[in-house]
Amino acid sequence: MDHQHTHSASPRELQMARSMCWHCQSEMSGEYFCERCVKVQPVSKELDYFTCMGFPRRLTIDPRQLETKFYELSRAFHPDFFQNKSAEEQTISLSNSALLNTAYRTLRDPIERAEYLLDLEAGSVKQIRNSPPADLFEEILELQDTLNEYRAVEQTSEAESTLRTKLQSERNMLEQRQRNMEAALQQLFVQWDALQDRGEATSQARAERDRILKEMREHLSNRTYVKNIVSDLVSTIG
Amino acid sequence: MARIVGIDLGTTNSLVAYMADGHPLVIPGRNERAMVPSVVAMTDNGLIVGDSAKEHLTRSPERTVYSVKRFMGKSLEDVQGELAYFPYHLTEQGGVIRIKLGEKTYSPPQISAMILKELKQRAEAHLGESITKAVITVPAYFNDSQRQATKDAGMIAGLEVLRIINEPTAASLAYGLQQKTQGTIAVYDLGGGTFDISILKLKNGIFEVLATNGDTHLGGDDLDRQLADLFVKEIRERYGLDLNAYPDHMQAIRLEAERTKVRLSDAMKTTATLDLPDGKGRYERDLTRDQLESLTMNLVERTLGPCRLALKDAGLTPNDIDEVVLVGGSTRMPLVRQRVQELFGKIPHCELNPDEVVALGAAVQADILSGGTTDMLLLDVTPLSLGIETMGGVMSSVIRRNTTIPAGAKEMFTTYVDGQTGVDIHILQGERELAKDNRSLARFRLKMPPLPAGVPRIEVTFLIDANGILNVLAKDMRTGQSQSIEVKPSYGLSDSEVERMIEDSFKFAADDVSARKLIEARLDAGALITTTEKSLLEGGHLIASDNIAATRTALAALTAAKDGADPRAIRARMADLEQAAKPLTVALLNDSLTKGLQGKKVSEVT
Repeated sequence: MDHQHTHSASPRELQMARSMCWHCQSEMSGEYFCERCVKVQPVSKELDYFTCMGFPRRLTIDPRQLETKFYELSRAFHPDFFQNKSAEEQTISLSNSALLNTAYRTLRDPIERAEYLLDLEAGSVKQIRNSPPADLFEEILELQDTLNEYRAVEQTSEAESTLRTKLQSERNMLEQRQRNMEAALQQLFVQWDALQDRGEATSQARAERDRILKEMREHLSNRTYVKNIVSDLVSTIG
Repeated sequence: MARIVGIDLGTTNSLVAYMADGHPLVIPGRNERAMVPSVVAMTDNGLIVGDSAKEHLTRSPERTVYSVKRFMGKSLEDVQGELAYFPYHLTEQGGVIRIKLGEKTYSPPQISAMILKELKQRAEAHLGESITKAVITVPAYFNDSQRQATKDAGMIAGLEVLRIINEPTAASLAYGLQQKTQGTIAVYDLGGGTFDISILKLKNGIFEVLATNGDTHLGGDDLDRQLADLFVKEIRERYGLDLNAYPDHMQAIRLEAERTKVRLSDAMKTTATLDLPDGKGRYERDLTRDQLESLTMNLVERTLGPCRLALKDAGLTPNDIDEVVLVGGSTRMPLVRQRVQELFGKIPHCELNPDEVVALGAAVQADILSGGTTDMLLLDVTPLSLGIETMGGVMSSVIRRNTTIPAGAKEMFTTYVDGQTGVDIHILQGERELAKDNRSLARFRLKMPPLPAGVPRIEVTFLIDANGILNVLAKDMRTGQSQSIEVKPSYGLSDSEVERMIEDSFKFAADDVSARKLIEARLDAGALITTTEKSLLEGGHLIASDNIAATRTALAALTAAKDGADPRAIRARMADLEQAAKPLTVALLNDSLTKGLQGKKVSEVT
């Protein structure tokens, strides 16, 4: 997804880029509908999901507000309400709805929201690491060994139950670790929002921004790694 | 705008409904009954539909079609297992089932169209106007080809199908309108041939489906079969008579099984009776509700798995469900109600007639589309994940199951080999990790100029519209060349395949994960081998001969491990090789750095 270019322009500018109604060619002042001919307007594919849903680029979003906005925009765009309209309007309604649904799904989940923001601000974050986070290296290696042992032993044997107990406690430990990472992420979210709210353009602010993004990327990637290990573990011990 | 009617095209019965002054009403026939049996018979005087056709089930079973919905959008191969149960003759032509009636053969959409026509005429007679537009319901778990087949049936019947909507969600519209419900509801829909469970959130007129699951091959028909099989077995034992040789009696026994089941929903015991052929007299069988329940227990249990999965996908527990709604005639069975009540921990709703509620909901949706109802909006989901096959036969999900529709998604793809002149796009549907375990929807090839591996950028866009119909667009981002295809599954996209895929996805999830890991490890190993060999060629002269030897040894070990079946061994040999090749990597880095600095003044460097 090619969103890297959108962060330099402000949402307002992007809205303005589409300043003419596709139908009556009059100057656009309405947000989603032309005020003169009342035709639905295409939401630009270049718009990021925050702008699309009318939220600032923040990481703390009230889920109820987001849902309310989603329902409101669904009522505006859904193809059900364009059954009697022209083919052009039906096409716009379909692509607007699809975009809206993707935007909502992405912003609704705090982790996906943060990954998306990171993607917007600093490029892709989706690469899943192949090696464990440095501070977990030893533990993960040991865990892999235990898992291999567990897969090899006979079921319902005593060794099996010992290993199972061990894996169970490993699982608890990793899940705790995941929760810690999520708590750390939560703090970074707050810091990010505060920095954005201050809106400073100093070099200090820029350094702070870069630090938050870097740490966020690290935590997100570690969390994904740990989460995958845990689901692997759960699927093995059931 | 012309009036749009709502149609429930059911396995056993079909209904048509319309909206009058803000209330949905089913349209009765001349006999005052709202339900039209989904039965079509070929008589000497032509084709007949509904109640009169139902009488032919025992008279001319080989020329009377029932439960045709089970064959919509399927190939003959998909239904092999149950052909023995049907007295009419099925063949196949061009991947589509044909039903033989007299001299002619008919596709399932054609048979369904006859039922639709009957409903259309009924509506026209009742409303005194021509009806050309309809909303038709399908099981939520219906796949593309089944939805398409339903749409085709509408067209054949002379109806423009403005929307295909899911049965449980249609039911929720009828309930929502009636009760002004808010909160989270579960719709449990056990019909004649299919089972669906949908979890919805109702808020200020928005009906948002959170998750759906089901089994398109589980319904009242299957419950009846358990009873009919028991009767046939007992008759064989008691009278030495194999009823399978008597299609008319097989139909009679199927109908008696159904009636017995229905009676046992009210009574605790009943007697099934059947006149036997060849003057063997009359078979009578006392049956208690307990006996029926122990016969059908396993089938009822099978509906609970999809319920749990739907809850899980919605991120909910049974406690989060405010209300449970029962839909479909089979939910009249006390055992079904009891198990549903146990699972969700609340008494299920059944205020609205479970036979009519889907048609009523379809009428509400029809009213929304015609602009009559504006305060209600249904946001449904796609029941199965859609994806594309990537390197190594792995499916890459593009639109996950339970994504709100309309849904669009873009994925960027690139080439794997230098000079590759095309990219094959293989579109899949299902939940399994490997492409071969999922349903293949379509393939197409995008031509590209020959370029080094990884340079081309192919953007693939998937778009599912509000009917659940998929469109796919592939675009080369460098040339802007694009190719659009409509996914029209022309060959047997079977239900049983979908079910198997879903069931398998949970049964074999563990196998899949390891298979995927192996494929990924092999791909990574292949890439590492290629780059290391290249580095050896370019930088072999820069390092000591024992370093070269160590690298070659590690290289050979990885090449050997790559063909093995253990992804961990491959990863371990990769780590070994990276370690062994470190001097080479470092030497090459230094070399390029030195070359880069040559010819520059010292001041420019520092």
